[in-house]
Amino acid sequence: MKVAVLKGGRSLERGVSLRSGARVEDALERLGHEVLALEADGEMVKHLAAARPDIAFIAMHGPGGEDGTAQELLEILGISFTGPGVAACARCIDKVLAKHELRAAGIPTPDWFAFNETAFRELGAADALAGLEDRLGFPLVVKPSRGGSALGIKFAENWFDVPEALVSAFSYDDRVLLERFVDGRELAVSVLGDEPLPVVEVIPQAGDSYDFEARYEIGRTSFVCPAELSAEESAAVVEAALGAYRALGCSGFSRVDLILAADGPQVLEVNAIPGLTDTSLLPQAAEAAGVPFEQLIERILDLAMAPTGT
Amino acid sequence: MSEPPHRRRAHASSSDLERYAGLFAERTRVMRSSAMRDLMAVTARPEVISLAGGLPDTSTFPPQTFAAQMTRIAQESAAEALQYGPTEGFSETVDCIVEVMGAEGMLPDPDDVIVTTGGQQAIDLLCKALVDPGDVVICEAPTYPGAIPVFCSYQAETIQIECDGEGMRIAELEDTLERLDVEGRRPKFIYSVPTFQNPAGVTMSLARRRRLVEIARSRELLVVEDNPYGLLRFGGEPLPPLYQLDGGDFVIYVGTFSKILSPGIRLGWAVAPPPVMEKVVLGKQAADLCSSTLTQYFVREYFAEGRWREYIESLTELYRDRRDAMIEALRRYFPPQASWTEPEGGLFIWATLPPYIDTSDLLAKALRDDVAFVPGQAAYVDGRGRNSMRLNFSGSGEDGLREGIRRIGRVVEEQVELYSALTNSATSSAPAQAKESDMDSPGLPRPGVAESERDGGDVLPFRKAEGA
Repeated sequence: MKVAVLKGGRSLERGVSLRSGARVEDALERLGHEVLALEADGEMVKHLAAARPDIAFIAMHGPGGEDGTAQELLEILGISFTGPGVAACARCIDKVLAKHELRAAGIPTPDWFAFNETAFRELGAADALAGLEDRLGFPLVVKPSRGGSALGIKFAENWFDVPEALVSAFSYDDRVLLERFVDGRELAVSVLGDEPLPVVEVIPQAGDSYDFEARYEIGRTSFVCPAELSAEESAAVVEAALGAYRALGCSGFSRVDLILAADGPQVLEVNAIPGLTDTSLLPQAAEAAGVPFEQLIERILDLAMAPTGT
Repeated sequence: MSEPPHRRRAHASSSDLERYAGLFAERTRVMRSSAMRDLMAVTARPEVISLAGGLPDTSTFPPQTFAAQMTRIAQESAAEALQYGPTEGFSETVDCIVEVMGAEGMLPDPDDVIVTTGGQQAIDLLCKALVDPGDVVICEAPTYPGAIPVFCSYQAETIQIECDGEGMRIAELEDTLERLDVEGRRPKFIYSVPTFQNPAGVTMSLARRRRLVEIARSRELLVVEDNPYGLLRFGGEPLPPLYQLDGGDFVIYVGTFSKILSPGIRLGWAVAPPPVMEKVVLGKQAADLCSSTLTQYFVREYFAEGRWREYIESLTELYRDRRDAMIEALRRYFPPQASWTEPEGGLFIWATLPPYIDTSDLLAKALRDDVAFVPGQAAYVDGRGRNSMRLNFSGSGEDGLREGIRRIGRVVEEQVELYSALTNSATSSAPAQAKESDMDSPGLPRPGVAESERDGGDVLPFRKAEGA
């Protein structure tokens, strides 16, 4: 097959996307496909229209590639593509929207409040902040609504930290959420097709527990796959993850991030197009399930080509 | 053009990674955060006005001169120029180095000089010769961002001493040395960029230079003086380098051709007392045998022409205008809560914003407007500097500088407005109001009052914005 690999783009996760893309191209070549590597830039649509690939493998992360934009263009061009469709991408990239959908579907997700910049600048939303302490408590987590990596995510230990954390989060998006901090084990469940892959546990080194950046580095974070969970815990985690995947309309593959608290799992977010680099969680989980990287890529292509009910 | 045949390396599976991870040396744990790396990767987009680099403007070097020199080398010394050279460097290169140092009043013994692959290698080789894991290295706060990974990779414990308008606060240094004495520890060396410091742009005063050299001599401590910018002075009187004041007993000197000729030739040097030099030479042998023979020939030809000082003068004029343009733009486009240094030479201005602005996050926002800078955190080992930024004025033309500063100023303004919307609200919580009072002292964490009185002057940065 002729496969176009879309990578790069202008998002802050450009670097990760280039690494994901290179690895996917490599696997596709080994699988005997004709690979067309495409930078997501002003020429992308022209190249796609001229080359008419059988399918596009979207190896883009963050706004532009993971939010439905590239997916929409491919639909217009009539080219099949890997991973979730336009609507699922749009729901996943927006954490606020995703949390509303999750809650409506009865999937546990930590309590939150969302604000956009206009609310603070023009509507005096700062006055509403005082009411949050009772509802969310401290510490709380401040996040940009859109944005895939750790950038812009801050902990607020008390009121002193809140305005500053908001200014940081608003650097990435004009909508931010304040979320109740849930203490527990950090887990990621990747879903392939409609099948959950083994659960990965992310364990930051001592002292790094509030440092999100540490979680993305070899050596500073350890990953346990499959995570050591009791049968009941495992069932509850997988149920929540699959529930989230379906509630947001994902297809092909995605990754669900959760916290396993004392009273059960809470879904934090769903990554529509999770990283596919050497250190990414989805390939690790696939491997633990006995699916090597090339087979994973082939399976993702098959899922994209097969007509589905969604 | 067809691509040469190549093999694509099989990518590592996670079990391979696990295996590699088990092999990594302890020192690899101190790598910079990947989030920051990804952020900096985005600054490389061609449409971005980058005030982030530390690039000299090589476009001013005459191509005819370059061509003539390389032609002469090819015609007259092809075999030698393509051959290995001595580890210490050619004596002709050392002669050029002695000439450059002479221009700043220094008289090194040519035998004390080693040619290195940029000043960066000199720092690396000195650490290699001097630093064991856990040893203390002292440097300025903020310090050259490129020195931090070197100190970290040798697993030094880096202690940073606050700077003000007169450079490193020597009283604070003395307090630190006393404290280390009590703990029974002795720093391996004190690293300083005393002239037009990277990143802060400040220059150490003569009095402080004298005190630093006295401390080094009386305590028998080594000072590493890194001086890439000394000849790029736009105004004020030149000050004697530490090396000159000390005579080369306790001050080790690091120099480079990068900022006065070309960084592409990768040539720098170190000057150290013979016992230290001996170890540095051994270290260099292990590292790369010798620095580029070809570019050492180029330097020799270039200096033989005798116009190197003229070229530096032309660079100095160019950079002076660019500094002026950047300062003018800062005054015009940065809000009154911002402050910055006004260097008399070098390549950098250090700007500081109110304490509630994290410049790493600000960079993400600025990148959407296609402009980049170095977040201040990169100049500290301990997470300080979050509300500061390094701005380079040598690598862009005046129009680019003005536009870049205008765009950064706009995003800063937005952050300031947002913060005040968040905190000035009538019924917003009292603690948020308390935080705002910190705005009276923007910048680096305040040192003790006693310290401030002893050294005089404000800790970096100064308030320069109009109406501030």
